[in-house]
Parts: sequence; C-alpha cells; structure tokens
Amino acid sequence: MEDQIRDTAVKLLKDGSVGMIIGYEAGTLPLRASPCVITNAEQTDRLVWNMSCGSNLATYLPSVAKANPDQKIGILAKGCDSRSILGLIKERQIERDGIYVIGMPCSGILDRRKIESDLNGAEILEAHIDGDKLTLSTSEHPASSIQYPVSSIIHSSCSTCQHRTPVLYDVLIEDSSGNPNALSAPDASPYEQVEAMESQSADERWEYFMSEMSKCIRCYACRGACPFCYCTQCFVDQNQPQWFGKTTELSDIAIFHLVRAFHVAGRCVSCGACARACPMGVDLMYLTRKIEKDLDELYGYVAGLDVEELAPFATFRKDDPQEFITEPD
Amino acid sequence: MSEATTDWEPRIVAFLCTWCSYAGADLAGISRLQYPTNVRVIRVPCSGRLDPFYIIKALQRGADGVLVSGCHPGDCHYISGNYVARRRFSILKRLLEYVGIEPGRVQFTWISAAEAERFAKMMRKVTADVKALGPAKRLVKDYGAISRLVD
Repeated sequence: MEDQIRDTAVKLLKDGSVGMIIGYEAGTLPLRASPCVITNAEQTDRLVWNMSCGSNLATYLPSVAKANPDQKIGILAKGCDSRSILGLIKERQIERDGIYVIGMPCSGILDRRKIESDLNGAEILEAHIDGDKLTLSTSEHPASSIQYPVSSIIHSSCSTCQHRTPVLYDVLIEDSSGNPNALSAPDASPYEQVEAMESQSADERWEYFMSEMSKCIRCYACRGACPFCYCTQCFVDQNQPQWFGKTTELSDIAIFHLVRAFHVAGRCVSCGACARACPMGVDLMYLTRKIEKDLDELYGYVAGLDVEELAPFATFRKDDPQEFITEPD
Repeated sequence: MSEATTDWEPRIVAFLCTWCSYAGADLAGISRLQYPTNVRVIRVPCSGRLDPFYIIKALQRGADGVLVSGCHPGDCHYISGNYVARRRFSILKRLLEYVGIEPGRVQFTWISAAEAERFAKMMRKVTADVKALGPAKRLVKDYGAISRLVD
C-alpha cells in the first residue's frame, strides 16, 4: 500500500493536481508516525502507511488550506479521517474543491498503551508488523523478541469501527492486506462500554468519572488532536469573562471534559485521536461515545456520513422525544 | 456536612425564559401563590439562549439544583428556540446523569405565562426533589484548595 500511496503522490504532485500532500512519515521512535506535509515529488519517499498512523490528518486541513488558498491540498484519509473531512466541509471550514482526498482503507490503528502496559516500562527498541503479528524487541530483553497478535493491540475505537473504507475520496488506495475480511465491519457494538456504564449506579459512575478525570494534567493534547476543536478561542482560554478555572482542581478538569465532549456532540466521529494523543491515558471516548449513542438513539443522527444532512443541534422535529421534561405532578 | 441538620435549605437556580416562564412566575406573584423561597430566578431571553455551560457553571458554584423552563413547544416567541433547546438539554441531561450527577439535580420543564399554578407547583416539586438529594457535592469547586496549598 505504501508503494501505491507514493506512486499516487508522485503523479499528483508532478501533474500539478495538488500543491502539497498531508500524510504520515516515520516517527523518531519505533511504532510512531508523525504527520508531514510534502510539497514536491522528491519528498514522496518520506510517506509511510502503517498501523501507527494514528493521528487524524483532517485536524491540519483547515489551517493548511487557509495558509495556501491558491493551492489544492492533497490529504491521506482513513475511514475516520474522511468522515472528519466531510464534517469540516459541512461546517464550511474547507471547500470540497480545494482538497484532493487519497482514501486509505484501514483495518485498525495500534493502541500503544496496550503494548506499553504489558512491557512494564521497558523501552521498545525495534518493532515491525508482518501480517497479523507485531514483533518487538525491548530494552529489557534486547536479544529476544516479543510477539503480539495485531488484533489484541488494536485501539478500542478501531475494534468497533463501522467505516473502515473512507466515505469520501477522489482516489482510493486498494487494500493489500490479502485478508478479505480486513475491511468488514465488526459485530461488536460501538456502544458496549456506554451500555455497561449506564447499567451502573450513579455513585459508581461518578467514581469512574472522577478516577479518569484525576489523571488529566490539562495539557490539551486531546483538543490539539481533534479535527473539530478548531475554535479560534477555546472556552477554557477565555478570560473575559473567565468561565472556568485553568487549574487542575478536579471540578475544573471535569467541566473541561464535559463541555469539550458536548462541543463535539454531533460532530465527533470517534476516530480516537484524542485518546491516542493523551499522555495520561484518560478514557476520553467514554464521554463522546455516550453523546454519539444518544444522538443516534433519539434523532437517528450519525456524524460524518452525509454532507447535506443538518447537524442535530441545528435542527429539530416537532415530535422530538421529551421524556426528560419534568411534570409538576 | 449539614445534611443531618434539619435547617439546611437548598439553593436552586431557575433559568426562566422571559416570554413565558418568567411571566408565569410574575403571575404567581401577583396571584399571591405560595412557593418555596429556595429558588433564585435568572431571566433569559429564551430557553434556546441558555448555553449548557451556564447550567454546569451553576453546579460548579454550588447550586444544589438547577431548573430550566421555557415556553411550551409550539409557543416559542422566537418560533423555534425551545425546540432547539429541547434537543440540547436532552443530550446534556443524559450526559450529566451518565457521569454520576443525581437525576433531579438538573431539571427541565415548560411553563406558560398563564400557568401560575404550574409554576408554583413546579417550584415546590423541584425544591422537594433537591431537598431529598441533600446538598450538592458533585462538580462543586473547592475554591479553598489553592489557598490551603499556599498555606
């Protein structure tokens, strides 16, 4: 697939269809990939595609497009990235004509945290993925290697992903995994965790919420990684009036996450980029997933699929459910 | 905390839309209807004007309960403000309860300008609900934490 991507990139850059391409390049550590922008055909060798390409490239699209208004921007997009791009077009942050989407079928992204928790702090020296096996050597046992089946270390947002093939693209790279089922939607419901949480008592839910929130250090990596956190001024940065404190007091943290989840309601496509960007391993998606589930249940709305459909909070039906309204008697 | 003491009285913030619910409160006053004094009314132009974080902010500052009331569906002065608000509050209420805020702490209702009796009943109900829950502790900010740290 990497060769196909590079060939496509060379062709697009040479014939002038795009001025630049947003893609991934190898990171400086094993199992890391960084976003990159390449502007000429000689640089296309830098492009990589593997299971560590976990960031959502759509995040960079509005700013790159704004800085280069007279150029068409090429972008690599997984299923979730393409849904984010669709959302950004819908919110008029980018123009469909201004971008060229190279669609990437994706069978899932690694959850580094799952591997790291298994390694007890040992550093990963080398890693390669071959078919459905990940082979590692670590600082603890440099000579021997550890193997994982890829399916056991896939990110939770990917193991229930329903849209592995991009929903919007100009060219689609063919899946070369050789596995005919690699792109089929899994049976597992994306809302399993939410349902399990809902069945608990309010006290238990509060306890879980607080235990997750107490990990947060307010670095805002989640906000930086999110394609929909593009506000020029985030509500937590406002200081006239200052709505919420910038402290790591638990209430301030909890409110940051509640309001952030609410602000991406109906827009979040559960790409999981926030959770993967989080240095503290906060379970961010359990909040966004809840809203996603409710919007689907109450209004039949799923984000990132239809560019014409109005956002759920931008419209209403006269017969919307209102079981939550209190009656005085 | 003061739960055990019987003299604890909850503080409840009520966001009322100016066209229906606030007028309903006015009528309740003019009609000399009795309702608990625990409610602090904040008048807003429309229930659709209410940013969800006003509600969250009220909880953070220690409100024991929050009530939001607008015009009945179909009666909005701005045609559709309350319809839009209904979707927003439906999702917000579910989210707050999902993270463990007690159901009853945050409530939503519709009160028209003619429904003084409904307004008074609603205030009695919300006050009783919140009293049963006890003082709010969740999401309440501990404003003393930083100064204690410095000491």
